[in-house]
Amino acid sequence: MRTLGSVVAAFLALAPLAPVAAQDSMPPAPYAYRQLPDAAQEAKAQALMETLRCLKCQSQSIADSDASMAGDMRNEVRLRIAAGEQPEAIRAWLIERYGDYVSYTPQLNTLTWPLFAAPAVILVVAALLLRGRFRRGRKA
Amino acid sequence: MTASPPDSAPNPGPGRESRRPGLARWLPLILFAGFLGLVVYGLARPDNREVASTFIGKPIPAFALPPASDERPGLDNAHFTGGKPRLLNIFASWCVPCAVEAPQLAQLTAAGAEIDGVAIRDRKDNLARFLAANGNPFARIGKDDLSKVQIGIGSSGVPETFVVDARGVIRYQHIGAIMPDDVPMILRKLKEAGQ
Amino acid sequence: MIAELGLAILWMAAALAVLQLVAGALALRPQGAAMVGVVRPVAVAQGLMVALAFAALVTLFVTTDLSVKLVAENSHSAKPLIFKIAGTWGNHEGSMLLWVTIMSLAGAFVALVERRLAENTLLATLAAQAFVSLGFYAFLLLASNPFARLAQPAPEGAGLNPLLQDIGLAFHPPTLYVGYVGLSIAFSFAVGALITRDVGPAFARAMRPWVLGAWIFLTVGITAGSYWAYYTLGWGGWWFWDPVENASLMPWLAATALLHSVSVLAARNALRAWTVMLGVVAFSMSMVGTFLVRSGILTSVHAFAVDPARGSFILVLLAIYIGGALLLFGLRAGTVTEGARFAPVSREAALVFNNVMLCGILGIVLMGTLYPLVTEAFGVKVSVGPPYFNPVSAVFALPMVVVMAVGPILRWKDDGARRVAPVMAVPALIALAGTAAALLAGVGVLPALGLGLGGALALASLLPLRGRNLRRTPLPTWGMVVAHFGLAVAMLGMASESAFSIERLAALNPGETRSVGPYTLTLDRIDPVAGPNWTALQASVSARYDGGSAVVLQPQARVFANPPGTRTESALLTRWNGQLYVVLGEEGDDGRWQMRFWWKPFVPLIWLGGLLVGLGGLLALVGRVARDVKRLVAIDKIAFRRERQGR
Repeated sequence: MRTLGSVVAAFLALAPLAPVAAQDSMPPAPYAYRQLPDAAQEAKAQALMETLRCLKCQSQSIADSDASMAGDMRNEVRLRIAAGEQPEAIRAWLIERYGDYVSYTPQLNTLTWPLFAAPAVILVVAALLLRGRFRRGRKA
Repeated sequence: MTASPPDSAPNPGPGRESRRPGLARWLPLILFAGFLGLVVYGLARPDNREVASTFIGKPIPAFALPPASDERPGLDNAHFTGGKPRLLNIFASWCVPCAVEAPQLAQLTAAGAEIDGVAIRDRKDNLARFLAANGNPFARIGKDDLSKVQIGIGSSGVPETFVVDARGVIRYQHIGAIMPDDVPMILRKLKEAGQ
Repeated sequence: MIAELGLAILWMAAALAVLQLVAGALALRPQGAAMVGVVRPVAVAQGLMVALAFAALVTLFVTTDLSVKLVAENSHSAKPLIFKIAGTWGNHEGSMLLWVTIMSLAGAFVALVERRLAENTLLATLAAQAFVSLGFYAFLLLASNPFARLAQPAPEGAGLNPLLQDIGLAFHPPTLYVGYVGLSIAFSFAVGALITRDVGPAFARAMRPWVLGAWIFLTVGITAGSYWAYYTLGWGGWWFWDPVENASLMPWLAATALLHSVSVLAARNALRAWTVMLGVVAFSMSMVGTFLVRSGILTSVHAFAVDPARGSFILVLLAIYIGGALLLFGLRAGTVTEGARFAPVSREAALVFNNVMLCGILGIVLMGTLYPLVTEAFGVKVSVGPPYFNPVSAVFALPMVVVMAVGPILRWKDDGARRVAPVMAVPALIALAGTAAALLAGVGVLPALGLGLGGALALASLLPLRGRNLRRTPLPTWGMVVAHFGLAVAMLGMASESAFSIERLAALNPGETRSVGPYTLTLDRIDPVAGPNWTALQASVSARYDGGSAVVLQPQARVFANPPGTRTESALLTRWNGQLYVVLGEEGDDGRWQMRFWWKPFVPLIWLGGLLVGLGGLLALVGRVARDVKRLVAIDKIAFRRERQGR
């Protein structure tokens, strides 16, 4: 299992490089490289795709990847947007299948709340550290 | 034009008001210790690049795939209900580890398991050649050119094998090729799915 | 022969580092007076030795000596010369040797030219530098030997990853490394000052040029890396908050804070603890970055040759160096309490506020980068990417920009809001009007704020020049103005790219036309072409701006053999108001070619702004060094004259 893991990892490591082997020879999905005719819908789709993770790449969004599975996911996203689905519903649909990993937008839950609380905490800590630093009252 | 006062009293003497640094001076070291702990865990944990499906325990979504091979019928979700637990194998002819697991799939069918295949982004001629070279353990093979079923059940690569029970609920996911050591475990999962 | 020689020289350099450490440590003690004269020459000799070792490695790559394992795994005889040279550092061992080389050369440079620092502190600094170098020497010699030989020479090399076969490789890593490793000087200065308890304006003035130098290289290196990723990855993205990108940003954030803190310490004898802490943190971030990139604990597009064993080694080094320095800081913090006080509205306060903001961004980036590791401990995988980093870093960055606009015109120590309010009226107006206009035009919130505040900062950064004789304005002031202006320019570029980019995906037959933004593009034809170690399909695309005359762009899709791989070579056309970006994709079953077109208004401003920031730093550096040299020459003249009079 581990040796296979390293084989798979080696292939994944070459993913942005599009290795000659281990790739399918089928054409890309219809909407992998085609934009939706409605500009507003395409903008919504593009915004969503930029926040969804390509599962076969090291770290790229499906909007930035030439991997065929990323193309299939783009196809799926565009078709669903064209059919009227809301972007967040599509994201939820994917998260239902792949977990939070597939979304670059971290979802707020019991494990990720520190990420969202961090800015406020940092500001509070900074304020505490700086308190008493300043000279009060008299001007020079 | 910045004023540069002369270098008087580089450090405050005891008479001048100066705030004691207090516990704040240890904060960076404490944070660093936390960081060290985290990365030691990161180095120690086994390297796992796999993305597991979170669709385990959910019913297999509705789909109907055309036949991928002239020798077998196509595959749809209704096929999984009202019978016994089945194996769903996501594979492709262009996938090197899929050839590696072919003997194990044959072993599983010999032990009584029934396997259906979903061929991802495969041409009929390539698939036919693959099956001729590696054997054909599948009862049915669906042609999934747009990875629809693959995405629909949370699979992120090939090969992967899913255990689906008689009600059509996904019970287990095995990521990667099935190695000889994995065969008993898969059979056990199939049996558990039947209970 | 050269490999063995290189390795031997490297061992000698390591031995010299040991000597530098021991002599430096001894020289600090009262009985060690004899060692004082040893330290500087040894530091210089060490730098020269390791530079020779590096030259040896470059020679091995240039001559494609396939009996050396590193060359066989990473190079190829058919590679163009520049990539043979650049390939020296396009791998783990070579880049570690580059790291050590720069570290030693920086130490040698300090030993040669540093005259302002108190002798004791300088000795402590050189000893600290040697101490840190030793860890990396050990790593190189014991776990990452670049000169290892193969039992049998390979028939041919494996070649350089095609993604790296680009001029960017010749430029981006060395520049970045000079920045990363240059910060080790600041680290050593800080540790040296903690040891000798000498943290004051003189120390700050001595440290400042070194910080500036490293910071300039970091700024340029990050800018170059961003541009390289932009034109080579084929999707027009220029920053993805990828762990390796963050690994370069974190030292930069710390170094920027350090730069400003050191200026306050030099001018006002305040922010002592802050300056020393940032000196430690900046290089610590460099080391943390190196660790993250090479250990493989985080998934990244930049996947270096990852190896957890190497990661463990570097981790031990991190624990010793950073842990040691932070422990020293905690113990000696009592002697580096804050100096002069200042009012809430003053230049110092503005600088402190912005340092806090910079450290806030640093904390967010570090936390976000490491967070997937935390959740994995609980068995869950998450992804933290641009949708998190962009808004959350903006929480700190936008207030920072506001304070940055007013800070340079505030007085030291104490100032009144009422005095500066009239001056800031126009920039404030630009900020409000710009943001509002952008929002009304349908631009998103963040880009709208970027446009408004960027415009305001661009004007406000010029305010310090108001009412001055421009020819008599000191260079450091020009440096500040140019650097702040550069940041505003970069902000405008980033916001514009985010708000106004237009993308067109098209499947074209030769002869067909598509438009994107003001451009009309026609695919003329597709030709096969060949390069030194690749073959490609090249598209000829005629681009007409607003129906004007045609310019031909030639994007390529290249196929490499050693190692096998493909890479797109995008075609760019730059105008004053934006950039046209053209990519050739695959041929479809129907014979049409997949093309990607972008019109990105004002996007070059991003990197132009980055270069301006670096230029500002350079002006400040030149100004300060020139002033120092003048002062030293004057002091020498006075001393000489006094000597003559005294006779």
